[in-house]
Parts: sequence; structure tokens; C-alpha cells
Amino acid sequence: MKPHTSKAFESELERLQQQILRMGALVEKAIEDAMASLVERDGERARGVIARDHEINRYEVEIDERCIELLALRQPAATDLRLIITGLKISTDLERIGDLAVNMSERVLELVDQPPLKPLIDLPRMADAARDMVRRSLDAYVQRDAAAAKAVCESDDVVDRLNDQIFRELLTYMMENPANISRALGLILIARYLERIADHATNISEMVIYLVKGKDIRHTHVPEDPRFC
Amino acid sequence: MDEPVRIDCQNVEVWYGSKQALHGISIRIPSNRVTALIGPSGCGKSTFLRCLNRMNDLVPGARTRGSILLDGEDILSPATDVVDLRRRVGMVFQRWNPFPKSVFDNVAYGPRIHGIRDKARLAEIVEDALRKASLWDEVKDRLRSSALELSGGQQQRLCIARALAVEPEVLLMDEPASALDPISTARLEDLIGELKERYTIVIVTHNMQQAARVSDYTGFFYMGRLVEYDRTQTIFTSPAQEQTEAYITGRFG
Repeated sequence: MKPHTSKAFESELERLQQQILRMGALVEKAIEDAMASLVERDGERARGVIARDHEINRYEVEIDERCIELLALRQPAATDLRLIITGLKISTDLERIGDLAVNMSERVLELVDQPPLKPLIDLPRMADAARDMVRRSLDAYVQRDAAAAKAVCESDDVVDRLNDQIFRELLTYMMENPANISRALGLILIARYLERIADHATNISEMVIYLVKGKDIRHTHVPEDPRFC
Repeated sequence: MDEPVRIDCQNVEVWYGSKQALHGISIRIPSNRVTALIGPSGCGKSTFLRCLNRMNDLVPGARTRGSILLDGEDILSPATDVVDLRRRVGMVFQRWNPFPKSVFDNVAYGPRIHGIRDKARLAEIVEDALRKASLWDEVKDRLRSSALELSGGQQQRLCIARALAVEPEVLLMDEPASALDPISTARLEDLIGELKERYTIVIVTHNMQQAARVSDYTGFFYMGRLVEYDRTQTIFTSPAQEQTEAYITGRFG
């Protein structure tokens, strides 16, 4: 698309996107650190995620302020309007993902004091998948790539299935021995947070499709019935 | 407002005959910023603008009271050199009004009147002013052609170049884009954004969205009074006065 006649407006839009990308990078790192702290049983690393969450929150406030200003002062239309609305919504989703990484880290701090329940295979896979979805959804946003965004929405099934798998497996541990319950619950919750992170990445992707196509596809998917997968 | 002030107005009042048009206007115009004056028709914003370079002196029966300090000197004082004031505080009008002369002569007119005769120097001044007004590339090969052959947007920018040629400090603009199409308007607004690096700009506009796009500070006038004056982003996101909010959201009258 041709740049806007007003260079000032064009650079303001560019700044907004850069801020969203920077927020995204912080959020991806938070997910990475939270999972690494679990795998490596590193309480310090987990505390780091919790401490740095305020930076992510600050980005949300700044991005929202910038979007409101752009709406008030620039009267954007069409794609520009959708870009700014999308920015508002993406910042909310990213902030929630940041909070979920904090939740993961809080569970890690509880788990680190106890001996490991089982080798961790599926949870790191789930974290990689979720992080990848976040990254790909933000790439789709910057590239204005509706097809890439749609692919992220479709990846959500993989994460949902991993979540179900992990739950079923940990259920057996809990049934086997009550002493396992507290650790198993911690891991189930971490899986739940990752599943929520993937959902937020899906939300971001749906907004990207809205941005590119002007079509709101939220809540129009027919969910796959897990019993028939 | 904690920015350096270029024009400091205290209690400015204007009468046209027995009718009071402005009531106690106190406002500080910041240097190197764009200040927009908005308000409904007849609210006094253009009258106030014309105070800043004493154009109201030319209206029979007009009287001005109060003080207007430009860099600390009261321009309303009888000792003021009004001609020099109007060089320092230039003005661009709603309807572009180039002289019926060539592009070159339009811009060179002011410097010539101020005594500059040297051809090379004039050529330099004209090119500089046209560049600053973002018009040079479009007219450099037709400097001797008539100004009236340019498009509306170009003629308006020519008027800006004409004002810039005499090295003003302040540029007053009275609805400079209201007769222009959207693309010319956008180019003009972009130019205003660039000009504030060097000049202090006060612009009257009935187009609120333009004020929102282009200005750093906005003053809302109503019935001869200054209702509210603040950073543009504050005025347009959360104004303090109900009247301002009513005007801006279109819940007026």
C-alpha cells in the first residue's frame, strides 16, 4: 500500500507497529523463560519472569494510549482504522499472555521445592508450539498475511490435543498416589496456561484476518469434538 | 504550559464600534509549535488572529485593548512599527491571493520592498522561500510564468513562500486549506508540520479534524471568549469544559 500523504501519520503508524513487536518479543521471552525454569528447575529464572511482567504491562498502557490518540487526532479510515483497533486488541492479548507466563512461573516456584514427578516431554513441546503461535501471529500482523494468520488458528488444535493428553496422563499419576496430587496439579495448571496462551495467539490471528480482509471471523469456527480426533 | 512562549496575550478585548467581539482573552502561544483556534462561526477566532499582527487596525471602527507581547514587547503600543510587525508576523488567508505577477516576482516582492536589489541575492531568497514552502520543484522551471496559472494548492503554497521570504517569526493562517481538495490539504498540513521547526504557527480552522491532525495546542473559542486552551491531545481525548466536549463531539446547537 502507498504510504500516507501525511508523513507524520505514516511514522506514527510505523511506531505503533514497532511497539507491538517489541511487546511481542518480551512476551515470547517470558514464555520461553517460564518453561525453561520448569525444565531446569531454576527458581531464579522463574522469579525473573515475574519481576519483568511490569515491563509488558507498561507496553500495554503505552500502546493503548497511542491508539486512542491516533483515533482522536487522525480520524483513520478503512485499513488504518482496522490497524489501530487491532493494535488495541493485540496489546490486551499480549498482556494476558504475559500474565499467563507469570502464572506458569508461580507454579514452577512451588514445584521446584519438591522432587520432579516425571520427565517432562509434552509440556516443553506444548510451550514451543504456543510460543511459535505467538511469533507467527505477530509476523502475520506485520506482513498483513491472512493465510499465515489462518494457519495459526488451525495450529490451536495441536495445542488443545497436547493439553488433553497431558491432563489424562497426570490424572493417572494422581489416581496412583495421593502424594502425587499437588505436583500433578501444578503441571496440569501449567498445561492449562499454555493452552490459554495458544488461544490468545489465535485471537491475535483472528484480528489479523480482520485487519487484512475486513472480515470478523471470531467465534465462527466449529470446534472439533475431541472424542472423534 | 511549560514551553517557551512566543506571544503572550493578556486580557485582549476587541470592539467593532459598540459591539464587543472579544472578551478578556488571555493565552500564551508557544514557540515553534502549531496552535489551532477552533470554534463555531462568529466566535471571534479570526478576530483574535488578526490582533496578532494588528490587521484589525485596518477595519474602520475597530478598537483593541489589553496587551500582546511578542518576545516581550507589547505590539499594541502606539510606538510599534506596524509594518515591521507584519513582516515578523506573516499571514496566509483562506483564499490564496498571489499578486498578478510572475511566481518569482511574487516571492521577491517583499524583499524588494525591504530594499534588497541585488539580483543574485533575490534569486537566492526566492529559491529558499519556495523550497521552504515545498513548492520549488514544481515551479523551478517556470519562475517567470504567471502565478495565476498555478493550481489552487500551489497558489496557496506560493502565498506561504511570499510570507516566508521576509523571514517572519510567526505565521498566521486563517483557514488556509478550506478551499483546497483533500490531497492538497494533506500536503499543506504536512508542510505546516515541517514549518514549525523554524516558525511559530497559529492557525484558525473551522475543521476540527484538521486542528486535531495538525496542531500541538488548541484553543476553543465561543461567543468571543476563550473557553478552553490545552494540548491538542487533551482537548480531543478528555477536554475539561463541557462546552468544549459538546462542540467537539458534535452535540452543539
